[in-house]
Amino acid sequence: MVEKNQRVSRGIIENQNMPRSWRKETKPHRFCPGCGHGIALKALGDVVDELGILDQVLYGCDIGCSLLSWDFFNFDSIQTHHGRTIPVIVGAKRARPEIVGIAYMGDGGGYAIGAQHLVNAATRGDRITAIVANNTLYAMTGGQMAPTTLPRQKTSTTPYGRDPLITGSPTLGPELVAAIASEGSYVARGTVGDYNKLKLFIKKALLNQMEGKGFSFVEVLSTCPTNWRTGAKETWGFLQGKMENYFKVGELQVSQGNRLGEEG
Amino acid sequence: MITESGGVKMAKETLAGEYQEILNNEKEMFMTGNEVVAWAALAAEADFMYGYPITPQNEIMYYWAKLAPAFGRGFLQTEDEISAGFTMLGGALVGKKTFSATAGPGNILMQESISMAEMMRLPGVWIIQQRGGPSTATVIYSQQEFRLTTTGGNGEGMRLVYSTSSHQELFESTIKAFNNAWKYRFPTFVLGDGYQAKMREPVVLFNPKLRNWEIIAAEPIAMKSGVPYLERDPVHLRNTFNIEEELYDILSGHLADFRRMKQEVVEWDEGGSEKADLLVVAHGIVGRAAISAVKTVNNQGLRVKYFRPITVRPFPGEALRKIVSEEPELKILVAESAYGQLLSVVKEELYGLANTIESYLKPGLGITAEEIEEILVRLGKKEG
Ligand SMILES: Cc1ncc(C[n+]2csc(CCOP(=O)(O)OP(=O)(O)O)c2C)c(N)n1
Ligand code: SF4
Ligand SMILES: [Mg+2]
Repeated sequence: MVEKNQRVSRGIIENQNMPRSWRKETKPHRFCPGCGHGIALKALGDVVDELGILDQVLYGCDIGCSLLSWDFFNFDSIQTHHGRTIPVIVGAKRARPEIVGIAYMGDGGGYAIGAQHLVNAATRGDRITAIVANNTLYAMTGGQMAPTTLPRQKTSTTPYGRDPLITGSPTLGPELVAAIASEGSYVARGTVGDYNKLKLFIKKALLNQMEGKGFSFVEVLSTCPTNWRTGAKETWGFLQGKMENYFKVGELQVSQGNRLGEEG
Repeated sequence: MITESGGVKMAKETLAGEYQEILNNEKEMFMTGNEVVAWAALAAEADFMYGYPITPQNEIMYYWAKLAPAFGRGFLQTEDEISAGFTMLGGALVGKKTFSATAGPGNILMQESISMAEMMRLPGVWIIQQRGGPSTATVIYSQQEFRLTTTGGNGEGMRLVYSTSSHQELFESTIKAFNNAWKYRFPTFVLGDGYQAKMREPVVLFNPKLRNWEIIAAEPIAMKSGVPYLERDPVHLRNTFNIEEELYDILSGHLADFRRMKQEVVEWDEGGSEKADLLVVAHGIVGRAAISAVKTVNNQGLRVKYFRPITVRPFPGEALRKIVSEEPELKILVAESAYGQLLSVVKEELYGLANTIESYLKPGLGITAEEIEEILVRLGKKEG
């Protein structure tokens, strides 16, 4: 699971070789120790390096802990509003189809406040790449329940644990997107617990956009030791045990109801 | 991959020339206000409209969706007005002239993106065809979106808002709106209403370039040419700040720019008697009714003036104050299809002057020239 030049320390995978697309001047980054956002963004940085697309990327980050990445990379970036990163990137991509648009957000941004944008960008087949970091709660605002909070998981607004009878079951983002996305879309769920697979999924998602095939979507199972109130071992345990058990890692087949170009 | 449809190809080959002729030849046309807006956007070299249906602005989308493809320009019907506003900002970010049109509840949903535009100085043009409120209310006419459009959002209302009263002004103000939005980078609006949107009247469309109007080009804010980091600095834009002073410094700069812009863009229309006992203040289509009423009563010998702000934000306050302060006996009448939204701005601008301010407030209701005439006759003194 861990690459040769990586080491595990306090539950974080750190790579001594920073991606070239990472901005040195803004490192060390502002995420908490053990945070999954940094690993997800390392995978993104490595992929941008491998594809050599520094000058083509427009990166949008949401409000949530992802906002801390507004000056994280050496490519052009914009911090948007909570839930509004997808439409900003869609608007840019529609206006200039040659750019590679990346919308990076949390599970609250993707599945709650911005759900309408995710659903509609997927059905329209917008040629952008949306990446949602699922850490099972609203991290930035103090660990409240998110659409992805697991049954019986305690958060600041579910002090006795999430009761599915009252607040429903966790949103299955990639399953939702796969069911509605238009033909040619790419959908996967990766985890910061399997770096190589995550990187592969993000790479395929960007290539899918660059080839003009359709909407590309990757959910990343991510860690938040600060709000989970977990040490290194428990953090990894929650990710690879509870989360990966509930949210299945892998690529998803797009059901594809819309047939492009077919006239009725 | 999606390929260009046959319709779009045909539009490019046959319609583009035809449309360009209409602008170049300056023929007088007879059309609705919504159609005028679409032509003005074309003439102002707008690139992309993002919109969501709502009465009474729908036809702007219809005409734009018909005109734009002929010139390789774009339209996207979004999932809601929140998306329309934010997609607009995305387009502006990468250097395109983007716009939207909305009304009422849609204007409320647009405020979030407008607030981000105001903070991040992302340009854009919003056409607001006001309808009745609050809530869904009526679909045709009102002036109740004055306050929301000029100062909505969690900020300081650093916006440029044109309120128009005829199709000719609608055409010209829309072109100015695009120019000034990209020149000053404050959210820019054309505040119309359902009557202007739906009624037909003569208008001379023109190609602004043939009249030597400068057309300000849109520059990319991000995604300029060159490899970031290697050939230029990457562009990193944010709207979240860590400390109060950081925000205060940025806002101080924006406010200074806004005050500077005011000197260059404020517009108004004034007229009527040289010396007057009475001054009517009204904007938009009510301003037009007021002008017609003033002309009638001037002919009857009443000494009445009118003042019609064309930019309602920034407001031509100095010009209004000058007229009023020169005549201590001058009585003021504010007329609007809202319950005191313009009135409160007029009072603020005239603060400290002793002149009496009367008002005629009809929220969500049209106001005719005859109604204003009647009040003027009642309030006004005969000349000599
Ligand atoms: C319109 C709006 N509502 C609420 C907020 C407050 N807020 C900021 S971040 C956030 C939740 C973030 O959670 P998530 O998207 O899961 O990102 P995370 O911090 O977990 O990475 C909320 C509710 C906001 N910024 N804007
Ligand atoms: S609060 Fe959680 S998600 Fe946010 S930076 Fe810290 S660990 Fe990461
Ligand atoms: Mg979260």
